[in-house]
Order: sequence, then structure tokens, then C-alpha cells
Amino acid sequence: MSMSVIRAAEIKIAEAKKNRLVKGPVHLGVGQEAIAVGVSKNLRNTDRIFGAHRSHSHILGVDNDLHKLFAEVLGKNTGFSGGMGGSMHLASKSKGFLGSVPIVTGTVPLALGAGLASKLQKSGDIAISYLGDGATEEGVFHESLNFAKVSNIPILFVVENNLFSSHMHMSLRQPLNTINRFAKAHEIETKLVDGNDVAEIYRTSSEFIRKMRLQPEPYLIEAITYRWFGHVDWREDIDVGVARSKKDLLNWKKRDPIKRLSNAMIDKKIWTIEKQHTLDLKVNELIDVNWEKALKDDFPDRKSLLDNVYKYD
Amino acid sequence: MIKTTYSDAILSGFDYLLKNYPEVFILGQGLWSPWYVGNTMKNLDKKYGKDRIIDTPVSESACTGAAVGASICGMKPIVVHPRMDFMLYAMDSIVNQAAKWSYMFGGQLNAPVTIRSIINRGGSQGAQHSQALHSWFAHIPGIRVVMPSTVQDARDLLISSVLSPDPVIYIDDRWLYEQTANLKPIKETPLNALTPKCLKKGDQITIVGSGYSTLLALNASKKLNSDGVRAEVFDLRVLNPFNSKSILDSVLKTKRLLVIDSGWKSCGMASEVITSIVENVPTNTLIDPPRRITLPDCPAPSSEVHEKDYYPNEEKIIKFINDSYYF
Repeated sequence: MSMSVIRAAEIKIAEAKKNRLVKGPVHLGVGQEAIAVGVSKNLRNTDRIFGAHRSHSHILGVDNDLHKLFAEVLGKNTGFSGGMGGSMHLASKSKGFLGSVPIVTGTVPLALGAGLASKLQKSGDIAISYLGDGATEEGVFHESLNFAKVSNIPILFVVENNLFSSHMHMSLRQPLNTINRFAKAHEIETKLVDGNDVAEIYRTSSEFIRKMRLQPEPYLIEAITYRWFGHVDWREDIDVGVARSKKDLLNWKKRDPIKRLSNAMIDKKIWTIEKQHTLDLKVNELIDVNWEKALKDDFPDRKSLLDNVYKYD
Repeated sequence: MIKTTYSDAILSGFDYLLKNYPEVFILGQGLWSPWYVGNTMKNLDKKYGKDRIIDTPVSESACTGAAVGASICGMKPIVVHPRMDFMLYAMDSIVNQAAKWSYMFGGQLNAPVTIRSIINRGGSQGAQHSQALHSWFAHIPGIRVVMPSTVQDARDLLISSVLSPDPVIYIDDRWLYEQTANLKPIKETPLNALTPKCLKKGDQITIVGSGYSTLLALNASKKLNSDGVRAEVFDLRVLNPFNSKSILDSVLKTKRLLVIDSGWKSCGMASEVITSIVENVPTNTLIDPPRRITLPDCPAPSSEVHEKDYYPNEEKIIKFINDSYYF
């Protein structure tokens, strides 16, 4: 799914949250779309992808079913998780998106195990672990890097370093503001990329993933980016973030990954302003159609409260 | 016929699973050394290869998470924690992830991982090398908890656990490893079909145990028989989800209930068993108040002197019954 659609979907969700149509918390990744889109272009349905709390882009990267995302965020039974998960618990088994959860770093060792399974199954499939800079402060991240390396596990750690963990700037949490040093400490090949440059992310992930499929090994991409909204819900949160300012936000908006791609293509004369306008209109229509459809869907049946606690009845 | 020990029964369960299910693999610390897990996994690495029997870095959290992740991807992993105390590093993967993976995603995914956790106590090992925390895990919806007490169950519950589509914590106790019995041929049984089992018939008191405490209950009740006390003994086997039906029927008959547990008293498994019976029997059914024998509410002592007072044993149980009941 394209960056434009993901952007528009999240802005729609932000508005709905503000208007209280959405009940649960939503962690929006507006400004960070290039990472999931660049990585997902290299993936196949049998790969194993795990997200975290800010994962709308991660699931839409491999499953373009907007209606299912909207329905899930609205808590409808037609959603990605049948309305049982909401924004923070998304999965699409058939597309290889095996789950996103809001416990920071919770899915990192799970993705490790998914990669281990691929290696044992000799399938050539790989695991993707999306995580943020905050997650690199949890011990299990370091355990996972170590295990991945000593066991040659085909896993790509994609660290979206947006410089903030909730409200705290990285400079207040770590002695350095990049995290690829942790990969180096575990002899894992790594690259620091501009997280707002979709072409660069695609190139780097493509190179790493090609190598992983041939020879199981872990890799780590650190993508520097910035989220336009606050940690949770629709506000910009320039007032509650420590070291988050209006000026920084405006400067980062100038590095908008979508505008950068569009302008570069216009410069190269493979795209036009008119085409961009037409695309924007189409995207908005797509959003509205799917949103309206999701709004009309049903909530889960009250009788389903105890369903699926166990697979055995 | 040569009798099998409890620890060999576990080994034969692993062997059966590895032989018949290529998706089974095992990871954990000490799997290439008899030092950690006794004979229960002896030579499995040599027979099935170090790809399937993985001795891991000192990373309980990542290893348990990896087992959960692999289980979501069609494998049947078993992660082994040679001592339950160390498993606490892995609580997120067990409680937040494995137990909820089916529910959170509306049933489209599941995490059929088996977590083998060993209770290893006594011998002045002290507060951090002795815990039996089955009650904690039995509190969590979505995770099945089993405690084999008999040699037969040591093998068969392991097989049922690994074949279960749900995450299971399988808890064995080193104090049971020398028990022996003749094993019946393997017959795969779905875990949800297994419930508490009556190991000895009686009509004066129902005694319930799990794991090692079942053995204590059984041995004590056999000795009490010669004093004319007819105790009925139940082994819980599956602690979560807990099916109290057969125990309830027994208590309706014996009208007395005693629970013996290897965990602590407060909010423990004994409390759960007693409550689930008491709230389901008619008023005035019980001749005596329901009672429990548990660990005292203090960490495991290192001192040999204190250890003797800390752990329940056969003699204490017999004395407790003789002192507390008039049959």
C-alpha cells in the first residue's frame, strides 16, 4: 500500500479519535510511512512480520485492506482481529503479518522465534521485527540480537528511530542518539538510513533481505524519522514532550517522505502536479468509502466474550 | 518387565514427540548437559541433532519469546527452564504474549508452545532456587498448566501438552524423578479431555494434591488405611483450566476436604480448590471445615534446620489428619 493511502488513513483515524468515534488508544505514525512501505516491497506472504504499538503502516504495508483496519480500530467484528484487538492488536495471517502488540519489545523475541522457525523449516522466509528506539532500552532486545547472531537466524530488525519514547527524547535516555551500535556489538551487519527516504529504505532492505534468503543471518536497519503526532492519539503534543518543539516539528515536516518522493519524481519528469492532485482525490475517495463501510459494520456479539481464550474448547 | 522412572518417562515422551513430529524442537539452557535436567533429556541432542535440541545463551526471556514466536509459525517448540525461579525473566512472553495471542487476534492465530518448568528445591538451595509458582500461572486465562505426579503422566501429559493447540506450562518436580512404574503403551490424548484423577478410593475424606504433594497424599493415605482411615486421593494434573467436577462428587460422598499444595498458602492453588468446592456444595454438607497443608508464607529458607519445618512431608500430613479429624 502506498505512503499516501497510509497517511490519509491515519489522519482519518486521528479525526475519528478526536471526535470520539474511536474508543481505544491509537498510536499514529504520520511522518514515518516510508519505512514500512520501503521494507514491505521486498516481502512475500510467507514471511513473518511482527509489529508493535505504532503499526498501522506495518500491516497496511503488506495488506491493503483499509476496511479491515478501519473496522478494527472502530472495534467492529469485520476488522483484522474480528474487533477483539483494536488499533493496538493487529494481525493478518494470510499476508504474514503475525501480530502487533503494545508491550514495548514484546514482539522482538517472537519475531526471533519466527525466524528460527523459518530456518528449521528451510523455507527461505524471513522474519521482520519492527521496533522503536525506546524498545532498544529493554533487555530482551539485546538478548534477541545475541541469540539471532549466534544461531544465524534470518531476521531483519527494523528500528524506527523517531527520537522519542513516549514523551522522552533519546538524548535523555541514551548516551548516543543512534542505536546501530548495538548491532555492531553483536557483529550484526547494519545500516543507518534516512527514514524519510523511501527509495533508500527500499534499496537497503532489498539488499539485506536478498542476502538473508540465501544465507540465514540477522541484519539491522536503523531508520531515522519523526512522528508528527504525539505518542498517542491525535494531538501534536509539543507541550508535553521533553525536548519536542514546534520548530522541530515544522522542520521535520519539511522532510515529509511523501512530498519528497513526489517532488523528486516531478523534477525527474516522471510525475506531474496534476497527476499528484488526481491521486490525492482518489486516495480520499478510497478512504471515505472504506470508512463509511466500516462504520456500518457490527460490533462483536456479546456472547463472544469467552471465545478464543483457548483453541481447544 | 523393567519399571520406568519418572525421569525416564519424561525422556520417552520427548523421544516420542521428536520421532513422530518433525515440527517439534526443544530449546533452553543446559540441554546438551545432564547437569541441568538430569536424565530427562539424555542424548536427545545426539539422536536428533543440535538443530532440534538447542542449548541456548543465558537468555530466558528471548528464548521463551522465540519459542512462542516459532509456535505461531507452525512449529511445536518446547522451551525448557531447568529451574522455575529463572523463568521469571520470561514472564512477558508467557503472560502477555502466549496466553493472549489467540484471544487478542480474534482466534486467527495461536501460540501452541510448551514451557517445561522444573521445580528443584531442598538441599539448602534457598529462596531463589526452590520456588513452586504453579498457582501464579494457573491464574492466567489462556495458558494451560499441568503438573504430572505419576510416572505415567510424566510422559503422557508431556505428549498431550506439546500436541495441544494452546500454550501449556508443564511443571515437573525433581523430587519425583526416582518414582517407578510400568508404563502403558502411548496413546495420544487431547489435553482438554484430561481432568483431575482419583488415585485411591475412600469414603471418609477427600485429599487433593498436585505434583509432588499428590505423592505425599497417596503415601500418607496408604499408611492411614492401617489406622482405619479411608481417604480418597485426587491428583489435580491439570490446574488450569481447573475442572472440579470429580473432586466435587468425591466431597459430596466423603464430606471432608483436605488440599495439600507445594506452593504458598495465600492466594494459592489450595485456596482455589477449596473455594470451587465450597461454593458448590449445599450448606451443612461438610462435617469438618475444609483444610489445607501448604508452605508457610515465607521464602524458602537455606538453613537445613528451617527446611525441615518448611516443607510438608508424609509424617506431618499423617499427624495433621490425626490431630484435625475425628472419623
